[in-house]
Amino acid sequence: MKALKTLIAASMLAAPAAAFAEDSSDPIIIPIHNWSSQIVMSNVVGQMFEEMGNSVEYITTDSQAVYESVRLGDVTLELEVWEGAFGQSFRTALEKGGLHDAGDHDAVTREDWWYPMWTKDACPGLPDWKALNECASLFKTAESGDKGMYLDGPVDWLKHGKERVEALDMDFIVVNAGSAAALWAHIGQAEADKKPIVVFNWTPNFAEAVWPGEFVEFPEWEAGCDTDPSKGPNPNALYDCGNPATGYLKKAAWDGMKDKWPTAYCVLSNISFTNPQIAEMAKLVDTDELEPEEAAAEWLEANRDVVEPWMNSCKS
Amino acid sequence: MTDAVAHPPPSEPRAGLSTRARVLIGLFGAAVILTLLRPFLPDALIRVPEWAIPPLEPALDAIFAWFQNDLGLIHVTRAISGWLGVAIDAAANLLYGKSRWPRLDALPWSAVAGVAAVLGWWLGGWKLSLLAGGTFVWTALMGQWKWTMETMSVIVIAAPVSFVIGLILGISAWKWKRFERAIRPILAILQTLPFYTYLLPAVIFFKVGPTAASVATIVYAMPPMILMTAVGLKKVPPEVVEAGKMAGCTRWQMLTRVFIPSARSEILVGLNQVIMLSLAMVVLTAFIGMPGLGAKLLAMMNSFKLGRSFEIGITIVLLAITLDRLSKAWVVKQPEHFEKGTPWWQRHFFLVLGIATFVFFLLVAQVVPYLDEIGRRQAFSMGKEIDTAMKTALAWDWVQATTNGIRYFFNLFILIPTENALLYVPTFAVIAAVAGICYALGGAQPAIIGAVFFTTVAFFGWWDRAMLTLHSTVTAVLLAVLIGMPIAIWASRSARASRGAIFVCDTAQTFPSFIYLLPAIMLFGISPITVILSILIYTMVPVIRYTIEGLRGVPVELTEAADMAGATRWQKLKNVQLPLAMPTIAVGLNQALMFAFFMVIIAAFIGTRDIGQELQRTLAGTHLGKNFVLGFSVVFMALTFDIAINAWAERRRRALGLA
Repeated sequence: MKALKTLIAASMLAAPAAAFAEDSSDPIIIPIHNWSSQIVMSNVVGQMFEEMGNSVEYITTDSQAVYESVRLGDVTLELEVWEGAFGQSFRTALEKGGLHDAGDHDAVTREDWWYPMWTKDACPGLPDWKALNECASLFKTAESGDKGMYLDGPVDWLKHGKERVEALDMDFIVVNAGSAAALWAHIGQAEADKKPIVVFNWTPNFAEAVWPGEFVEFPEWEAGCDTDPSKGPNPNALYDCGNPATGYLKKAAWDGMKDKWPTAYCVLSNISFTNPQIAEMAKLVDTDELEPEEAAAEWLEANRDVVEPWMNSCKS
Repeated sequence: MTDAVAHPPPSEPRAGLSTRARVLIGLFGAAVILTLLRPFLPDALIRVPEWAIPPLEPALDAIFAWFQNDLGLIHVTRAISGWLGVAIDAAANLLYGKSRWPRLDALPWSAVAGVAAVLGWWLGGWKLSLLAGGTFVWTALMGQWKWTMETMSVIVIAAPVSFVIGLILGISAWKWKRFERAIRPILAILQTLPFYTYLLPAVIFFKVGPTAASVATIVYAMPPMILMTAVGLKKVPPEVVEAGKMAGCTRWQMLTRVFIPSARSEILVGLNQVIMLSLAMVVLTAFIGMPGLGAKLLAMMNSFKLGRSFEIGITIVLLAITLDRLSKAWVVKQPEHFEKGTPWWQRHFFLVLGIATFVFFLLVAQVVPYLDEIGRRQAFSMGKEIDTAMKTALAWDWVQATTNGIRYFFNLFILIPTENALLYVPTFAVIAAVAGICYALGGAQPAIIGAVFFTTVAFFGWWDRAMLTLHSTVTAVLLAVLIGMPIAIWASRSARASRGAIFVCDTAQTFPSFIYLLPAIMLFGISPITVILSILIYTMVPVIRYTIEGLRGVPVELTEAADMAGATRWQKLKNVQLPLAMPTIAVGLNQALMFAFFMVIIAAFIGTRDIGQELQRTLAGTHLGKNFVLGFSVVFMALTFDIAINAWAERRRRALGLA
């Protein structure tokens, strides 16, 4: 049954495949992590490679540990390198050698303090951070005493929530969640009786579709805010600004990919998704409950005009 | 924690101060005085100062780098992972059609379910047949077939490899005393090592993906296999051995025809443990590339799909129960013997039936696609409905009010104050107190070991985090005793209640802990009580199980004697049953502590400030040295208690004349 299907599919693909060629027949290993947009994007790119006649395999890995694997060539590439969350691991691996920067996506990423819309009803001055600080007592929990509680991302994301609270002299205590899932559970709990909360969040992300919300506007990011105390409103402290509102979203590739799969590598360097495209990919899985493979196929079908130029420009 | 002192062994003389009392007063007195003097102590006596902490982490990093690159160990391990990879890929091809050798199609789900049902029938009759077949039918209907097969493709390779290596090592341990002495401490370490410490070396040496996952699984599942094999072989009665010798067996024949068949039960219990531990690793190894159910579960949780992650949890439980029952049935099943002249197909009836079922479904599935593969859209998943139901239930006012009360009380009045108190106590006061507890429990040797181990932890440089880990584990165990003991005492009074309680324990234990975490956070927020509760389920299981076992194992003559002496139910429990059951209960307590040390690491997922959090951070890749230092901080703390409690149980057993 399936063999037959594969055969038909293969014969249909044989014609365009001839145009590419030269790529090694070994499978290109694409890592997938545990959030939807990355899984779908990996499948989209994987299906593009397959269309070009490459063989592709997906491996589930930890999103921090993956850079070590790319470096060793165990994994061929990584499609979502977030500046905020993975910049550190990426740079460490970059210094050790074995992988390189394969260009940015068009999409920008933002990671910062965030609240779901219902919070604004209780604290109308938002999104300004000073207004948030005046409402601090709304965000009290059993353990936080008189101060408000801000739920920061996991420590290993290095978000410097505590430093910012001190630098800006805010009436908040900072608690670190252990995982993204813990952040969602916290929002999910507050949702029921519309309790005001402020948590760490980022975009593009499925949560935007589930819980509409906004980022808190802190003093705007200035270059050097994390290294030079004189930058930002507090002349004596680091981290007294918001995070950059336009962080990068990169692709990374194993150094050997260029020689082993030149055509696929060429396509990889062309690839550049936008924020709405990424949100759409996540939505197909998170809201429409498709399987990632199906979601990728559907997305590709609907966006031929986007991906075809990337592939065509690499035909030799 | 000091209430453990309240059991002086009956043999000690009461008059005057015995050595024992003097040592205890000395140790606890030192702890108290150091704590009281804390404000006046120099910093160097409160915590091991930064400069005194040996640079273990960079040293270990260098050693690993040397092994990996200069010695070329990585080539050896990578070659091994190459072979493993071929085996796993072949299984993957058969189970879910991964395009690798032998490049056959995926087996239809109905054929696998059919064979499982026949296997169940052969081993344990129609009930087991229903369970085994039903598990696979459920999996297929829920649209989880492919994920389950991805998981199974690794387990069907990892479990047998673990079994075979464990068997060989077990035989070696039985043959050569010196080997056994060498391997014992290694096994103890393996059993207490936090799983994050298995994962990182597995990734580096065995390549991220199914191979690393299988290596981590093999290593994790092996220790009980080795122990059970050695135990079984030692128990082979001399008469059997002599019969073998008289029959003129060679040494190889002695091993394969005499010893191993005689130790069959223990070896199969070992196999059962291998299977259960392999399944326990399904979710954890997803961090390093294990495909299938675990990876899906993590993805579901990260997009806040409670319902579908719950369904995956049920599948994992069903798989675990099925494999557990199948392997246990195999332990009980005695080899069948047929009269001479029985036709071949009758002697191998179930084999023939299995093949027939397999071929039948294989053929039918070609015509009826539904029996070949059930797509996601045809599946009966109720993910969204369960989601809504769970979220509604968790948001009920009285539920929230209750949990808020519990959260408020425990966090503010118990957990946070005790946590701060433990962090306030100077390092060496803690070490003295630990040595005191160990001395009270097991005597001088455990006390010395405990002091050395905790001092080592202090010099590892993660003391505060280690104390937080210790705090969570000990609290969870104490709570487990407070809640679990009454349940167990109640359940032990009837056979039915006991069976019921143990069944619930089994299920709770195999249900992947990650699934509890999200509802726990929704009920109790990200706070210390949530961490304790998520461990509590696992610590209660051994407490309940062993207490029931201990109480029910009390000889009937003794309870009857108590009844005849006119003891009330409470007197009988307090003076007869509990003291006699104590050695067994102690084993349960020990297990509970070991589970707690294992599970507390997972609680990092909720948000903690302990060793687990720091370990999670090392997963980012390259800090192998730090990973090991943290891992061994946990190992040393766990082993301290393990040794002390075992020594205590041993002494009690001797005092009761049970040993």
